[in-house]
Amino acid sequence: MADFITQFGIWGGLGMAVLQILGFTIVLLIALAFLLLMDRKVWAAVQMRKGPNVVGAFGLLQSFADFFKFVFKEIVIPAGVDRPLYILAPLLTLVLAFATWAVVPVAPGWVISDLNVGLLYLFAMSSLGVYGIIIGGWASNSKFPFLAALRSAAQMVSYEVSIGFVIVTVLLFAGSMNLTVIVEAQSGGFWNWNVLAGRALFEDGWPMFLVMIPMTVIFFISALAETNRPPFDLAEAESELVAGYQTEYSSTPYLLFMIGEYLNIVLMCAMTTILFFGGWNSPIELDTTAWPYLASHLWYFFWFAIKVVFFFFMFAMVKALVPRYRYDQLMRLGWKIFLPTSLAAVALVGAYIVFGAQG
Amino acid sequence: MLATLAFWAFSGVLIASAFMVVIARNPVRSVLFLILAFFSAAGLFVLLGAEFLAMLLIVVYVGAVAVLFLFVVMMLDVNFTELKQGFLSYLPLGAIVALILAGELVMIAMTWQTSPQAEALRAAATPEGMSNLEALGLILYNDYIYFFQTSGLVLLVAMIGAIVLTLRHKSGVKRQSVTAQVGRRREEAIEMLDIKPGQGIGE
Repeated sequence: MADFITQFGIWGGLGMAVLQILGFTIVLLIALAFLLLMDRKVWAAVQMRKGPNVVGAFGLLQSFADFFKFVFKEIVIPAGVDRPLYILAPLLTLVLAFATWAVVPVAPGWVISDLNVGLLYLFAMSSLGVYGIIIGGWASNSKFPFLAALRSAAQMVSYEVSIGFVIVTVLLFAGSMNLTVIVEAQSGGFWNWNVLAGRALFEDGWPMFLVMIPMTVIFFISALAETNRPPFDLAEAESELVAGYQTEYSSTPYLLFMIGEYLNIVLMCAMTTILFFGGWNSPIELDTTAWPYLASHLWYFFWFAIKVVFFFFMFAMVKALVPRYRYDQLMRLGWKIFLPTSLAAVALVGAYIVFGAQG
Repeated sequence: MLATLAFWAFSGVLIASAFMVVIARNPVRSVLFLILAFFSAAGLFVLLGAEFLAMLLIVVYVGAVAVLFLFVVMMLDVNFTELKQGFLSYLPLGAIVALILAGELVMIAMTWQTSPQAEALRAAATPEGMSNLEALGLILYNDYIYFFQTSGLVLLVAMIGAIVLTLRHKSGVKRQSVTAQVGRRREEAIEMLDIKPGQGIGE
């Protein structure tokens, strides 16, 4: 935004920034509509059903139909709820989910705010997501939502710890918290992506992929837990808690919760892409310096998008295939397995940076 | 100008929400206002150029500590309006304490002098040529590494203390053995029986 202000003056700069954010938001929402459809189609395919196929060709417009259905329904606010907080909770979820996207670079230079502490910002904002759930569960003034809020808060706080340590290993490799720098540090071919850590192997002879592949798996599983996705959807386990913290919500507030949740899921896919799979880098590096601006950037954006969609597909497959965890198993996995493993990985990567890396 | 606007917005919200923490009737709302206060403070840090501290404030205080506060306060089933009855009878005493404190603050503010050396010691939040993350890291892990590790040890002792205080070994309690649960095979758990209709598995 600072460049805009120097270029267009204060109000012009603000206007440009707002336009940019608006464009990003709209693209994100439309992409989300189709990702939602893809989600449902994948489950349907796993269960040998057809999935939504009535609205539009192949059901392509299903999400839009759902959207209008939600928006035009009456907002029912149950008696006895804490009204301001009841309304605030879904808004908070949605706003935080969007705010997180501000630092995600989708192509070289295509990022709303290129923060120095971008990674920490992502981490902070995704850790705030828990408030939407806690406030929503409490303000509903009902037992099941409250139990769900407590469960999900404990779950998200636990898995944040291991996500934090996994993030530390990545930022040690890049030497920066700036997401653009992290992506650029992985350029040059798929073997340089953090998941394989090829530079460490080829240049320094340290087989760091032995550490980073497990870290990628841990990050992916923690991302599932952090977004309350199956098999960790204990916050909305329908056989135990009706619909969890969303039980008392209907129509538009429920829609806001749902959009926020899916935005967080896509964000976690984007984070996996950026942190471990080279972000916008193509698997085999092509020289794009001679290409026109738009062509080269769309080329990079294509690779970013395809990786995000792949990880979204993985999220959908996990939901379709894996049965739900028990709560004590979930806590054991987070605290007794992921936390020590990721701590050890931080030590190993630190050792590599100090003793192995050249320069 | 934008920075000034943002400063007034953040500090205004900070003071207002800090005030609301004290006067809100519902303790859950108090905690939520406290979170808003943390958030505005983080905004002020960003304006100062200390973006790392701002993020840390959000991750540690808003993301973890306040969640625990909220947990505890939500679980409490205390009627606070009842607790606060007769509150006004303490007003004279409270007013006297507040007056003394305010007087002391004013006296300090009037006699405050900045040493000329302090002016030279004052460091920018973002030193030339490095982000404040690097600057903090260099100071913390080079100059103050022993203090850093000692504070880590203190926290470790606190953690062990909490575990020792709450750990009880009771005899005669059936304990969960995770390895036994995870190591279970299908053959041990499931037995296939061919049951004739109308007979059941009777002895």
